Amino acid sequence: MKSKIMALAGLGLVTSLGVAACGSGSSSSSGASGVSYDAATTGVVNPSTHKGGTLNFGMAGDVDSTDPGNTYLALSVDFDRLYVRPLTTYASKPGQAGGTIVPDLADGLGVPSADMKTWTFKIKKGIKYEDGTEVKAADVKYAVSRTLDRGVLGNGPSYFTQLLIDGSTYKGPYKDKNQADFKGVTTPDDYTVVFHLNTAFPEFNYVVAFGQTAPVPQAKDTGAQYALHPMSTGPYMWQGNYTPGKGGTLVRNPNWDASTDPNRKQLPDTINFTAGMKQEELDQRLISGTMDVDANGTGVADAARQQILTDPKLKANADDPYSGFSWYLPIDTEVIPNVNCRKAIIDGADRDAMWRAYGAQYGGEMSTSLMPPNISGRQPSTLYPVKPGDHGDVAKAKADLVACGKPNGFAVNISFRSERPKEQATALALQQSLAKVGIQLTLKGMPATTYTTSQFGSHTFNKSNNIGLGTYGWAADWPSGYGFLNALTSSAAIVDSGNSNVTMLKDPTVDAAWKQVVTLNDQAAREKLYNQVDNTLLEQAGVLPNVYAKSLDYRSPHLTNVLVQGYYGMYDYANLGVTK
Amino acid sequence: MGAQPAGHPTPHTVIAYIIRRLLGAIGLLFVISAVTFAIFFLLPRAAGMTTDQLAARFAGKAPDHATLVAIEHRFGFDKPVAEQYWQFVKQLVAGGTYDTGTRTLDCPAPCMGYSFRTNQPVLQTVIDRAGVTFSIAVGGAILWLLSGVAIGVLSALRKGTMFDRVSMGVALAGVSLPVFFTAELSQAFLVHKWQLMPDVNYVNFVSNPLQWAQELILPWITLAFLYAALYARLTRAGMLDTLNEDYIRTARAKGLREKTVIIKHGLRATLTPLLTVFGLDVGLLLGGAVLTEKAFGLKGLGMLALDGIGSSDLPVVVGVTLIGALFIVLANLAVDILYAVVDPRVRLS
Repeated sequence: MKSKIMALAGLGLVTSLGVAACGSGSSSSSGASGVSYDAATTGVVNPSTHKGGTLNFGMAGDVDSTDPGNTYLALSVDFDRLYVRPLTTYASKPGQAGGTIVPDLADGLGVPSADMKTWTFKIKKGIKYEDGTEVKAADVKYAVSRTLDRGVLGNGPSYFTQLLIDGSTYKGPYKDKNQADFKGVTTPDDYTVVFHLNTAFPEFNYVVAFGQTAPVPQAKDTGAQYALHPMSTGPYMWQGNYTPGKGGTLVRNPNWDASTDPNRKQLPDTINFTAGMKQEELDQRLISGTMDVDANGTGVADAARQQILTDPKLKANADDPYSGFSWYLPIDTEVIPNVNCRKAIIDGADRDAMWRAYGAQYGGEMSTSLMPPNISGRQPSTLYPVKPGDHGDVAKAKADLVACGKPNGFAVNISFRSERPKEQATALALQQSLAKVGIQLTLKGMPATTYTTSQFGSHTFNKSNNIGLGTYGWAADWPSGYGFLNALTSSAAIVDSGNSNVTMLKDPTVDAAWKQVVTLNDQAAREKLYNQVDNTLLEQAGVLPNVYAKSLDYRSPHLTNVLVQGYYGMYDYANLGVTK
Repeated sequence: MGAQPAGHPTPHTVIAYIIRRLLGAIGLLFVISAVTFAIFFLLPRAAGMTTDQLAARFAGKAPDHATLVAIEHRFGFDKPVAEQYWQFVKQLVAGGTYDTGTRTLDCPAPCMGYSFRTNQPVLQTVIDRAGVTFSIAVGGAILWLLSGVAIGVLSALRKGTMFDRVSMGVALAGVSLPVFFTAELSQAFLVHKWQLMPDVNYVNFVSNPLQWAQELILPWITLAFLYAALYARLTRAGMLDTLNEDYIRTARAKGLREKTVIIKHGLRATLTPLLTVFGLDVGLLLGGAVLTEKAFGLKGLGMLALDGIGSSDLPVVVGVTLIGALFIVLANLAVDILYAVVDPRVRLS
């Protein structure tokens, strides 16, 4: 069994190395149409106002939900913008500017009270649902209230449960139909929505960018089945019902008014969404032009990657943006309690091999911190500097082991998701490099479906199975240090199922920083604290950084207005058009 | 109407036989559902998994405890497994209801519950997906049966010739090559590189029969390549055995036409073992042509089962398992009944 895993991991490693080698020549290439490699990460490719045609989205798997109140994935938040409008959204811009929050349903950003516990939003007048009725403030209140029924809509973020004054006590409109009982949101008039928080929260404009604030008319709510046909306020509406696992079709919403919506265009006549495709087949259809966008936005599979990188014409139609994910290895500080033992792991790691396991420069950038580059104000750390070619510092790692009191090393298990060759290859590379310093890693492959909930996401499991570290990845809920780091480092975030603070960090300075940061209205001051938290995690050797992920996306030549939205790390779906 | 010839099954016998088999099938389906339930709930618990961990599979990232408790309650994870199974059986037999939050939906018997992920009725989803699987299985089965038997008969009649050697060599390759390999290869070259065939999609037969066939022809050929190989070899072996029997010599000696000897006397005897294999193969495929559907990205019962397992969607997993088992039972029943038609020596007793 062990040899099988090693063989598979080795194969993945070899494949990655092969791809890296193939693509290590010119970093840019141009196609016949003048578009060039990675062009959509810095500007708009094929700008056009041409209307008409059919835009075809495909994806392996399915969206987590088409109910905007029940989604969490970045792809869903990006895609939902085609048919719903939350209070705020992200600017349709590439790079760091994509992290800028802008008004959407609201006519301006939220206005906080002096103590930042009350946030007031004015919504635009004249915005209509697909059936022609006007959106009112009460619809936003209702939309938020329904997300508090965590049994029915438990997939979305739980910020409203945590932040609203009665978020944890009001059980939602399905159990308490009287909206007056819900005090967390009030609507003094038809166009004003006021959020009442139990704590100051300076980044609340980000929280309302989730689809949970997209208005829902109470009379049209079908509860758990609302995902079949959420009422549109965006440029498109569902034609009939969405079929989970298969997909659906979006058509123009005749009641959408472009003058109220500077964030979206309404170019194609029809948008087809096909779920449940095989990734390799989807890649080939993208290349052959019968499919336009991979909705997952996480890049093509290995075979297509090699095909694209070795063909200049195809490469000119590819982009390699930061995906927003940080791939790293949390080290459980209770399984490996001595900080010097943890440092030995970091110092002895063959970072070059781990980076290559993710596809080298096309798979990501070697990371020095937890926060990836798309996080506002993030500073790279200097604690563990790294560059391609670094294969681990054996002498330093051995010195760490002496300081740890285990000069001959120790044995511990490392977990990874069996279905992910890159994670296997990473674990294998680490195993080989740490063996040189005396740390014996045993590889434990686990199913991806239960990995973050029941296995590596459970400290009890890790402790009872001597799992000291594992492969892991994280993307921000919004592009700030809070949106990225809080769930990974706050001791309050520790739970025994679906635990994201896998490090089990209970550092008093970090917890104090999280208490302090919500009182700071000054963004720069908050960002300073976020960087300190990130640094503390490294000082405590609670994580072994790996890569700031990139994904090689293929941009169909038929697409117009293509840009990689800086925060989502994928194409900006709300403004795409097609030439055919 | 004259009296039934001695030894032939009467309609009464056939009906009693079918009822007896169906009752047995119902018992079998309950056992299968119990086993599936146990695999889903008891094995993880035996391995130390808590209900919180089970609920976390249906929550977003970094869920708080209140979310997990609410999910446990909604899906019934907070109840003993025996009670959860009883609820499942009760709604299967007597129907049940489903609370969407805003309304209570009736779920008439046989109610297989609602998906934990999509909140859709499982039976409806299974019926919807069955069309895809049925299309793949039936089209493929016709193709492999006709081609496999034809090649097998011709090979037997031309034993030792170049045709025999080549066709049996190809048959060996067909049996040896897995579907996911031939599917990948055929799509890469026939669809994408040479563009000789359209992309594989499922179009409803009723809406456009021609397109339905055009877009499924590649999965049919791929399946037929695998199965026809086996059938050709079985047919050839059966025919060679049969053609050496005394009664074949007698038939020829009586001056019967060679075509009659081959088809009526030779092939008929060969068909009996083929029917057994055919029934099992079609039954298995109807329960979900997992590899073929996965390889071609077709959303049939096999993919539904795979997605259900991957997303821990118990009602879907149990639903597809039961339907798959039902198809196998029915296919076997059909085969047993056909035995009596093909081979008069077989009795439905």
